[in-house]
Amino acid sequence: MLKQYICIICPNGCEITADLEDGEIRSLQGAGCVRGEKYVRQELTNPVRTIASSVLLDGGVLPLASVRLTEPIPKDKIFDVMKEIKKVRLQAPVFVGQIAIKNILGLESDVIVTKNIPAR
Amino acid sequence: MSGRIHTFSQAEYEKTNHKTSKAVNQQTIGEEGVILEKKDVVIIGGGPAGLAAAVELYRKGIKDILVVEREEIPGGILKQCIHDGFGLTRFKTTLSGPEYAQKFLDEAEKENIRILTGASVVSVSHDRVVTTVGRDGLKHYEAKAVVLAMGCRERTRGALGIPGERPAGVFTAGVAQSYINLHNTMIGKKAVILGSGDIGMIMARRLTLEGVEVAAVFEIQPYPSGLPRNIRQCLDDYGIPLYLSRTVTKIHGKSRLTGVTVAQVDKQMKIIPGTEQDFVCDTLILSVGLIPENELSLQAGVELDNRTKGAVVDEFCQTSAEGIFAAGNVLHVHDLVDFVSLEAEHLADSVAEYIQHGGLPESGLKILTDTNINHTVPQKISGKNDFTLSLRVNRPLTNCEIQILQDGRLLQSRKMKKAIPAEMIQIPVKRENLSDTGNLEVRAIC
Repeated sequence: MLKQYICIICPNGCEITADLEDGEIRSLQGAGCVRGEKYVRQELTNPVRTIASSVLLDGGVLPLASVRLTEPIPKDKIFDVMKEIKKVRLQAPVFVGQIAIKNILGLESDVIVTKNIPAR
Repeated sequence: MSGRIHTFSQAEYEKTNHKTSKAVNQQTIGEEGVILEKKDVVIIGGGPAGLAAAVELYRKGIKDILVVEREEIPGGILKQCIHDGFGLTRFKTTLSGPEYAQKFLDEAEKENIRILTGASVVSVSHDRVVTTVGRDGLKHYEAKAVVLAMGCRERTRGALGIPGERPAGVFTAGVAQSYINLHNTMIGKKAVILGSGDIGMIMARRLTLEGVEVAAVFEIQPYPSGLPRNIRQCLDDYGIPLYLSRTVTKIHGKSRLTGVTVAQVDKQMKIIPGTEQDFVCDTLILSVGLIPENELSLQAGVELDNRTKGAVVDEFCQTSAEGIFAAGNVLHVHDLVDFVSLEAEHLADSVAEYIQHGGLPESGLKILTDTNINHTVPQKISGKNDFTLSLRVNRPLTNCEIQILQDGRLLQSRKMKKAIPAEMIQIPVKRENLSDTGNLEVRAIC
């Protein structure tokens, strides 16, 4: 069975055609680099994504601090992770790389702040 | 950890300027008795292009620089682009927009590059006098070189001329992004998106994550206008349908949007009668293109390219006005910030050469295009240097070859399985292959 993928790892967005048999990859075509094959393999077994959002910030020059995940998480956990992110409230100042949630839901990914925001 | 963003108000800037007495000496009285402060380079805009240019100029030994930024915090549009995927080319890692901007702000702070925030440039003259208005009123700077780095603006409902009512709830994608990511203000409950630009798709995902129902994305062209990976990870992942060859033909609602009418269009993009369909929504997001912001460039007498809506430049990023340079989205709209930074760094190298040598070679060779190519940047070259040609195709092409010729002689070519208007193509050309006479031609053979 042939299946089409668009690799999301980099902006090249390679169109990859995978020849699949019983969920196993028999051959791959169209991947511009090794990450494409890794991506298709991951999509077959356990699709993962990173997400970005914001958390509330008290006493800062901005009302929100932007955050992102350090490692991708299973796609079906995205909304559970969003729920956890929504509970967080930080105190200014905050800095790039500051951990907002360590090892979120045990998924081996941290939620980190992505903006330097001074106190008001 | 390297901490705060380093910015100065105009008064602080003058207080902390160690060369106060020298600075006074550098002031001259211009025509009409105005005081002109002399600068090597004035950079207009503290976004990704302006910051990258400033840092690179400093590295090349040009240190008498002023970056003018109208907002209180520099970083430009990156401040609100909180999603990741930035920096894969420039830094070999994936960063969010604010982190990407911070890398350049950290460098600028380390070198003590002055960024004048909260100040707008109100005019730039052909002979490079830049007038700013900030907290402390009007100031005039006379620069050896001016860098245009003002970025771009979004096309609005007005630009499309969508008929109907004028209710609240119609936003451009960038404005929606600013409300949600900077101001903590949710914009609606059920949204429809017109235009499949990257920011629109990224907002579709962002809205979905925040609990807004995104009913659909409509695109007037028969092909998507954003990158394939964004269709996959922003729309497909969340089950948001993308409908091609469709557009919004009417906006409904008195005080707040209550719905839109959507219709199919034919190949000439004319509405097909009888295909109208109503969608209930309280929010319409427009992601219908970006236009370089060139009001100041026009004022300075800079010639614009009708295709890019940015300046006509040579391989040095120099515009038709001597000593005025442009890079980033003010020059042509980019898909990726990495290429904005790289272009601005290349500009900085040219500006440094211009200042150190008192000029740059003449660029008399035109770059012409066939009907498959939408535009190129640069539009002219000297023929004496290596350069990178940036271009976009006019429509999706498959199994094509992009060729660069001079006097009918093939200089460079690239075979492409697929070329789409959403992706900027860059092809480097070596000086060895070039002659310094004869125009260039760029074409796509399918």
